[in-house]
Amino acid sequence: MARAARSNAAKTKRNSSEDAAASSGNFELRSLQERFEKNRRYKAEPELLLHLYEQMLLIRRFEEKAGQLYGLGLIGGFCHLYIGQEAVAVGLQSALQEGKDSVITGYRDHGHMLAYGIDPKIIMAELTGRQAGISKGKGGSMHMFSTEHAFYGGHGIVGAQVPLGAGLAFAHKYRDDGGICLAYFGDGAANQGQVYETFNMASLWNLPIVFAIENNQYAMGTSVKRSSAEIEFYRRGTAFRIPGMDVNGMDVLEVRQAAEVAFAHVREGNGPVLMELNTYRYRGHSMSDPAKYRTREEVQNVREHSDPIEGAKADLLKLGVDEEKLKDIDKRIKAQVAEAADFAETSPEPSPDELYTDVLVGSY
Amino acid sequence: MAIELKMPALSPTMEEGTLARWLVKEGDTVSAGDVLAEIETDKATMEFESIDEGTVGKILVPEGSEGVKVGTVIAVLAAEGEDVASAAAPAPAAAETPAEEQKSSESEAPKGKAPSGTEKLAATAKPVSDPDVPPGTNMVRLTVREALRDAMAEEMRRDERVFVMGEEVAEYQGAYKVTQGLLEEFGPKRVIDTPITEYGFAGIGTGAAMGGLRPIVEFMTFNFAMQAIDHIVNSAAKTNYMSGGQMRCPVVFRGPNGAASRVAAQHSQNFGPWYASVPGLIVIAPYDASDAKGLLKAAIRSEDPVVFLENELVYGRSFEVAQLDDHVLPIGKARIVREGSDVTIVSYSIGVGLALEAAETLAGEGIDAEVVDLRTLRPLDRETILASLAKTNRLVIAEEGWPTCSIASEVMAICMEDGFDHLDAPVLRVCNEDVPLPYAANLEHLALIDAGRIAEAARKVCYRN
Repeated sequence: MARAARSNAAKTKRNSSEDAAASSGNFELRSLQERFEKNRRYKAEPELLLHLYEQMLLIRRFEEKAGQLYGLGLIGGFCHLYIGQEAVAVGLQSALQEGKDSVITGYRDHGHMLAYGIDPKIIMAELTGRQAGISKGKGGSMHMFSTEHAFYGGHGIVGAQVPLGAGLAFAHKYRDDGGICLAYFGDGAANQGQVYETFNMASLWNLPIVFAIENNQYAMGTSVKRSSAEIEFYRRGTAFRIPGMDVNGMDVLEVRQAAEVAFAHVREGNGPVLMELNTYRYRGHSMSDPAKYRTREEVQNVREHSDPIEGAKADLLKLGVDEEKLKDIDKRIKAQVAEAADFAETSPEPSPDELYTDVLVGSY
Repeated sequence: MAIELKMPALSPTMEEGTLARWLVKEGDTVSAGDVLAEIETDKATMEFESIDEGTVGKILVPEGSEGVKVGTVIAVLAAEGEDVASAAAPAPAAAETPAEEQKSSESEAPKGKAPSGTEKLAATAKPVSDPDVPPGTNMVRLTVREALRDAMAEEMRRDERVFVMGEEVAEYQGAYKVTQGLLEEFGPKRVIDTPITEYGFAGIGTGAAMGGLRPIVEFMTFNFAMQAIDHIVNSAAKTNYMSGGQMRCPVVFRGPNGAASRVAAQHSQNFGPWYASVPGLIVIAPYDASDAKGLLKAAIRSEDPVVFLENELVYGRSFEVAQLDDHVLPIGKARIVREGSDVTIVSYSIGVGLALEAAETLAGEGIDAEVVDLRTLRPLDRETILASLAKTNRLVIAEEGWPTCSIASEVMAICMEDGFDHLDAPVLRVCNEDVPLPYAANLEHLALIDAGRIAEAARKVCYRN
């Protein structure tokens, strides 16, 4: 895994020796972006787009319901909603290979789990802190995992998922299983030191990882302009020779197309890619956010003009999909979310014995 | 079906609030995202948005109302095509139920002394002790450094998933030569030099363990692991619990710990008590070569995250090690390294050598000291400590580290809680001075524990001074 093992297919084509490649300065930060810009939107069959639409709608309705349950005191602590950002997780994860690739994210994790097809009932039951929850009620909103789906959390410390994700990518490479890791983090986490330590090692060791920065414009209440010297986050990998991609995260087909380009690059053994997905969170950072740092007009403007679900709906209608069909999907999802909420409200709390389980695996 | 709009909880701690202002009136049509009202919480004034679309029916709580309990129905929303008038006021009491349910279940939680999960697990586990060494087994003399290297090499031969990463572990052969020869045998895929980025590579090692590998993460010293402690505590130790037992993290963090020689305060600290306070971690701190080898092998095989604390000053010391095919020792078990009947000296890591030296001095004075090497700091072997105390009725703890919130304090607490009736004298601790470790040779000497101070404490509890 030393430097000698480092290879970059694009570079070795042009240079006979690695040293020459490193010093020739032909590193192409924008090579993937250029490929992507030739064709920014994925050509989806109506069936696939319907599926993506349904997933985004499920996340939207699920999160709205979670917000309601929080208001009723059924969900406690921190609860970070994904409303507005649906196209990012749905678009990226639709391009992953199930059973092969792994995913890791931060604390705003409900949407990523739903996009992975994990049962909304057990996610909602985790939010209400019940035994039937995916973490037996011991993790809560920020700490959910499904090893069965290779979803590795759900991490509460801002930025921690970045080196952990590189560790997952390291394991893919070590086992040579052909998998890649998709590690999500926000524009806030993008300023953490450990992110850059990880960029360095991921690039140095050619790890199969996609760094996906979900730039929702605000780290809690601090806008990117007030926190970041370089607000074009896709450039943040330059110093580590990681190509960047600048993607409209409010358009699920654009996200999907960018994923096709990025994932192929990583899967072919070319090392990490850094994607910046420009998106917007409609709701507060968490439930207790007074939202005084931005205007209502700003939020309404995004909702009215860039909503990912409305956008997909318009595309579907253009493709000739019957509006009735969309209404049916809407109804089905409402019922599914209502069922999840009922389940989460009526499931029993964990037994007091669970206090002591899962601290350690072994007996000593 | 009319939709009840209830007073929302807008922060984790909010129980009631003031309905400052209604921004809609009865009969208004609203859609999702419209602001319905402004609500003052204990922290801020927040906008209350509509989640559904419909027509505002009856407003039940007028603006300006203070102390409105979370869950109170404040208005009714008539859905599309529904008669506004029929959206009558429901009984507001219904909203109280969830909060009360939660309270009643809280009161069912166990009260009083709650043992940690590890203690409980340890208590239910069957007693284990070191496996017998068959008679006639060849004994070899190995340094602690060699024993640690052999443990890693044997486990790497046994299990393809095991690899070593850290600063200077490969081509340099280890900053303290503990990984000497591993690169040659296992190659760069499994013996990996990292850049000087502890936080990053500790996270990568932890993630690789979550992904199914068996990483050994070497810190050049544990002083530098403070840069990485977030991953050791928050990522490695807690994830199994937070995931309801789904996420394993079988990683070993190892390296020298405690004071070295003349390297001053930033490079001389014992982190044993820090890590030993964390549920979800195993913490091992061996003294001799046999324990170092047998426990490191056990640590690598453990399904749990292990912090394995070595000591630079002990690396070069030689001890007898049984030449066995597979020398694995039990985690969580102390060892009586010298039997005695007058006083117990509990210690671990480099302190064990000093305790043995003190015991020799004391023997010359007619005091027969028993020396207990804790070996594992978490879970702590309470039984062995208490059994020895029951035998000698006097106890001293020797720890190369600060006294405050130390392993020594923990052992004293155990003796008070569960060994009080056996005590013939107060338990004493012998620790480093409560100061950052100085550089000057004479001051460093004054700050660190030594055999003389341990012997003195033993005399004191035997009332022989």
